[in-house]
Amino acid sequence: MQALPAAPAPAPQRQMLVGVSLAVVAIVMLTGSMLAIWALQRREAIDTVGNWLPDGVTVPEVPTNVMLIAFAGICVFGQWAVWSAKRNDRGHTVLALGCTALVALLVINAQAFVYYRMELAIADGTYAVMFYALTGMFMLLMIIGIVFTTVAAFRYIGGRSGDQEILVSHAIYWYAMSAVFAAIWFLVYVTK
Amino acid sequence: MTTIESSPDTVMAASSDRDADSSSMLESVAGIFTSTDHKTTGRLYLAGGLLGLVTAVVINVLLSVERIDGVDTVLGFEILPQLVDAQRVSLVFATLLPLAMAGCVAVVPMQLGARSIAFPRLASSGFWMWFGGALLTAFALLNNGGTLGSEADAVGLFIAGIGLMAVGLTASAAAVATTIFTTRAPGMTMRRIPPFSWSALVFALGLILVMPVLLGTLAYVFLDHRNGRTGFGGNEGIFTWVGWIITQPVTFLFAIPAVGVLAETAPVVFGKRTPVRGILFAGLGLIGFAALGGVTQQNVQNLPWSGSRLNVDDVGTKLRDLVPFLLFNAVPILGILLVLLVVLQTARPEKDTRFKFAPAIVFAFFGFGMILVAMLGNLLHAADDLALQGTVFEEATVVYVVYGAALAAMGAVIHWAPKLFGATFDSAKVTPLALLGLTGTILAAFPLYIAGFLDQPAGLAYTDDDLVIWNLISLVGHSLMALTVVGFLGLLLLSLQGDREVGDDPWDAQTVEWTTTSPAPRDNFVDVPVVHSSEPLLDLKTASGSNDRSDT
Repeated sequence: MQALPAAPAPAPQRQMLVGVSLAVVAIVMLTGSMLAIWALQRREAIDTVGNWLPDGVTVPEVPTNVMLIAFAGICVFGQWAVWSAKRNDRGHTVLALGCTALVALLVINAQAFVYYRMELAIADGTYAVMFYALTGMFMLLMIIGIVFTTVAAFRYIGGRSGDQEILVSHAIYWYAMSAVFAAIWFLVYVTK
Repeated sequence: MTTIESSPDTVMAASSDRDADSSSMLESVAGIFTSTDHKTTGRLYLAGGLLGLVTAVVINVLLSVERIDGVDTVLGFEILPQLVDAQRVSLVFATLLPLAMAGCVAVVPMQLGARSIAFPRLASSGFWMWFGGALLTAFALLNNGGTLGSEADAVGLFIAGIGLMAVGLTASAAAVATTIFTTRAPGMTMRRIPPFSWSALVFALGLILVMPVLLGTLAYVFLDHRNGRTGFGGNEGIFTWVGWIITQPVTFLFAIPAVGVLAETAPVVFGKRTPVRGILFAGLGLIGFAALGGVTQQNVQNLPWSGSRLNVDDVGTKLRDLVPFLLFNAVPILGILLVLLVVLQTARPEKDTRFKFAPAIVFAFFGFGMILVAMLGNLLHAADDLALQGTVFEEATVVYVVYGAALAAMGAVIHWAPKLFGATFDSAKVTPLALLGLTGTILAAFPLYIAGFLDQPAGLAYTDDDLVIWNLISLVGHSLMALTVVGFLGLLLLSLQGDREVGDDPWDAQTVEWTTTSPAPRDNFVDVPVVHSSEPLLDLKTASGSNDRSDT
């Protein structure tokens, strides 16, 4: 057997960062495709029936706008965690991660409030099916994000304070989620 | 004590051995289920893909028998509609995708000089999700599900099964792509990675782009099917909305690793460095344009020129038609032709050509050829004037792609068997088997091309008796392919049971994976190798003067 010269085992090169970036690409494709089909069905419904939003259904705008603002907060908190970790400020890092998770939970709560106010049954037609599929998928991604935040926080509290890559990846995930929600907000809640 | 009795000590020892045997068997089974070794995950994908191939070939034979008579049913199966669904799903989701993923997961980390795949648990769970999804899909089809089924729960299960397979494959693809980006050996730049690893990267990134689109669409279709079926067309809507995943050009994306196998084996056989690697990599990347079919959710980006519209009267309209048509259908062909060009350049006889036959290249070359034929066929399929859409022509293209990729996958197994199994195939039997596979593929698919030109509609029914002969020949082709698969599995089992001496570098290869032992240890390499070129092992042989191929 021919032997190549050996090298010391190389340190992993930003595996978490690359992995999360690929996951973000997948999330963008997932929600992008769902929004594309939403726009297609909406146009067809308007062309044929004349309206897309079912009669009697009102989209509550206040909680949806609050959700958008909350995402701005999540981005700030996510970056705050990175900033604090780079300065070895343990207290602020944990606080920032806690705030991120809390606001993300509030977004889920706001979405539940939107469901409650719209009084839309899932079997009420194409709009209802697509609305629940799209927002439900987004809520699933929110839950995954909260789990990510919790894992990042526990790793940090558990002593891996030097591992800042996970915090950067965590921030990237929430930036992407904010961008995705902005698109959903505009297409589903503003243009209706 | 009689002579047939054993002493208590012997009985105790035997019992203890049995306990140890059963315990070690349990451990080895549990080890397979829980292993994070990428080679184990890759072998599991391979086993799943080969099982899928057997299933797909059997279904194709049954459907071909049914097609001999275009009017009356021959087999009289109640689940005939489900078999039609199962044909496409088994060809693409149970054969093409797992076989491609098997090579990527099992081989790529070794080629990169990495000790493991990135996110090994993600890659492993990806396999189990794919496997679970495949089982759910099969169960749904057996219970009157699928796009033509009438059992609502089973139809829902069918959609969920495909969704689960998509999630699993995306997870494994993410692990493969991350590995290529982050865990290369010191000195191995992106331009120095082996061609097969590059094809794996294009494939994995393509899956990450395409599979979420499928998943999002399936979420809509699933909920719509469960709640009113108003917006997505019920059962038949499933194929309307997600049919693009099992048709061209997306299937070309899934076949990219098969193309990579030829690009990998050609330099080994001809004992030369790959010339113009940039062109080769660009070619493999251009085939990735096939992902456009997925991200735009299009089955066919056709060329709507027929009759008087063929006249060049409006250049603007013609260009608007031509650009998407070329992007979807011609760019992947340009890519595969570039790969062929580089392979031919590699094979060109020169003074320093040191040919050494490696049996894998026969399978790889035949598989590559079948995929090329499929791409050319797809170009014709998209032209409206030929009126091939809605005929069996399109099915023939899928068969060409999947059988071609399966042949290339067999080549890959033969090539990397020393590292994955610690075994080598009997070279004398490989070439005849590859020829049988080539014949089977051509006979299975080409008659359907002709039948497509003769307007045989897609599906099982037709009225023109002149079409019977083409369907009969297709049946013969599928049967020969079945023989090829059986023969390959037989050769694989024989090689696994045999005690043939397996060298660490039996093909006189050039890349990093051949510097480790056969079979490769759990962590692939005792020491992480340093790489200074694209063909590090060839450099080493040249430097040490051990690149003599006089045995050929």
